[in-house]
Amino acid sequence: MNLNELTIREAHDGLKAKKFSSEELTNACLRRISERNPTLNAFIEVTSDIALAQAKKVDKEGVKGMLSGIPIGIKDIFCVKGMKTTGASKILDGFSSPYDATVVGKLRSAGAVFLGRTNMDEFACGASTEHSCYGVTKNPKDSERVPGGSSGGSAAAVADNMCLAAIGTDTGGSIRQPASFCGCYGLKPTYGRVSRYGVLAMASSWDTIGPFARSAEDIAIMLEVMAGCDSRDSTTPDVAVPDYAGALHQDIKGLKIGIPKEYFGEGVEEETKNIVMQAIKGLEKKGAILKEVSLPMTKYAIAVYYISMPAELSANLARYDGVRFGLNIDDKGDDLNEYYEKVRGSGFGDEIKRRIMIGTYVLSAGYYDAYYKKAQKVRTLIIKDFGKVFDEVDVLCAPVSPFPAFKLGENLDDPLKMYMADALTIPASAAGLPALSVPCGVSAAGLPIGLQVIGRQFEEGRVLGVGF
Amino acid sequence: MWTTDLGLMYYAFVIFFMSKISKQQVEKVAKLARVKLSEEEVEKFSNQLDKVFGYMDILNEVDTENVEPTAQVTGLKNVMREDEIENFDNKEDLLKKTPLEVEDGQIKVMKVL
Repeated sequence: MNLNELTIREAHDGLKAKKFSSEELTNACLRRISERNPTLNAFIEVTSDIALAQAKKVDKEGVKGMLSGIPIGIKDIFCVKGMKTTGASKILDGFSSPYDATVVGKLRSAGAVFLGRTNMDEFACGASTEHSCYGVTKNPKDSERVPGGSSGGSAAAVADNMCLAAIGTDTGGSIRQPASFCGCYGLKPTYGRVSRYGVLAMASSWDTIGPFARSAEDIAIMLEVMAGCDSRDSTTPDVAVPDYAGALHQDIKGLKIGIPKEYFGEGVEEETKNIVMQAIKGLEKKGAILKEVSLPMTKYAIAVYYISMPAELSANLARYDGVRFGLNIDDKGDDLNEYYEKVRGSGFGDEIKRRIMIGTYVLSAGYYDAYYKKAQKVRTLIIKDFGKVFDEVDVLCAPVSPFPAFKLGENLDDPLKMYMADALTIPASAAGLPALSVPCGVSAAGLPIGLQVIGRQFEEGRVLGVGF
Repeated sequence: MWTTDLGLMYYAFVIFFMSKISKQQVEKVAKLARVKLSEEEVEKFSNQLDKVFGYMDILNEVDTENVEPTAQVTGLKNVMREDEIENFDNKEDLLKKTPLEVEDGQIKVMKVL
């Protein structure tokens, strides 16, 4: 077995026993990247020098924590001191951050090795990684298909053994859906569990940060380092970070699993339903108790999301005005407003413009109550739905996506169809719940299918235990 | 009383029958958002947004009377901290990031008025 194919746990044990060095491990990943990245385009930039320097440092100073000397990929949405950060957008062309995002600082202190920046949909807006100014990423299982998105580069890199783990962001499904399309584990934690400081903001009341890995245990190891209260992000509550990895071996005997019938309804492919149901039946054999439940507000989640998210996005992206940082255009115009229009018009891609338009429209005079406020009220009802079922069951199990990875270009000119890819991931985001994508089988065409495990807020431990 | 009803009817009319996003509306919103769009983009977005907003009308099925809107999902509120100054000592590096001209430690922008 090649070193780059190890899990974090296996690599940590090997490093500790001095079977191999972090430099060797890092070089194994870099070799895999140089073989596969020309086809897959999972990495926008590979930072070999930084990675090897970090690896050598660990080799010299000795392995400390679980992530010491472990090579990871970082979605190009996190500020990393000494590296570029672009959000896969032309408008941030050439921007390099003068500081680390909180989560990056934590991973750096833990001794993780930064292999480079992974590809994504521009400003995390998309479900296919086709909306990147650096070109599309391809699915490692079938290069004619999308890897999912927006964190498609991170998912593809982990699934294809280019790195041992990666980090990404999930606003409406951007970790879970690509993890499911590529066949690796991906966790969207509770809203506020991981600090958003230093992460390019998309929709602030929805944005979360989480890990990709090749086992539930590795997800737990990553989360333990990433999570926690941060004075620089006032939405991170002072909730203790438990020993997630230690809690994995809990018995699931007697655990009450809810099966939301709406997640197996219309629009969800039969094959996906069957494979996910088989996985759930497997949990029943281990002693879990299954119960059908109903979340009647599920069908409104997409509409809620595609009003609330663009509204927040359009406000967040107002900061890209071409003044303090970003794209240098030749014709700057005569007055400031003209300059803003020009720099934003040429710096933002198609999907970003579309969402800024939707967001600005729903917040504009006369439409605020009809769209924005209405959506926020329906969001309350979605949260109540979950509250009710979590009185009866401990976790929910369902498909991550209504269908496996679709073909490149298939949904590119039909935004509404693209938005449907998030139908089963958005509700948990609306309620700020933790949700894990677990690879649970492959379709007849060989495409990975993901099981989604949704838990109560701050019950990541229980969710990981089911996925273990 | 009848004036309120008329007002509501007009409102419903706007939502249900005039939800078509005209090119003029697209241009107006683009102006508000400070994004320059090409003619083809205006045409394309007008069609696509029309479809998207048509879909959003599904929310009108939901009775939201007496329902409070949600903006914060974990219930945290009023997180306070001391208002202490923390200096960022790498001012030079920050100023290097602007695509515009720098003069006396300040970024020079185009005329505003």
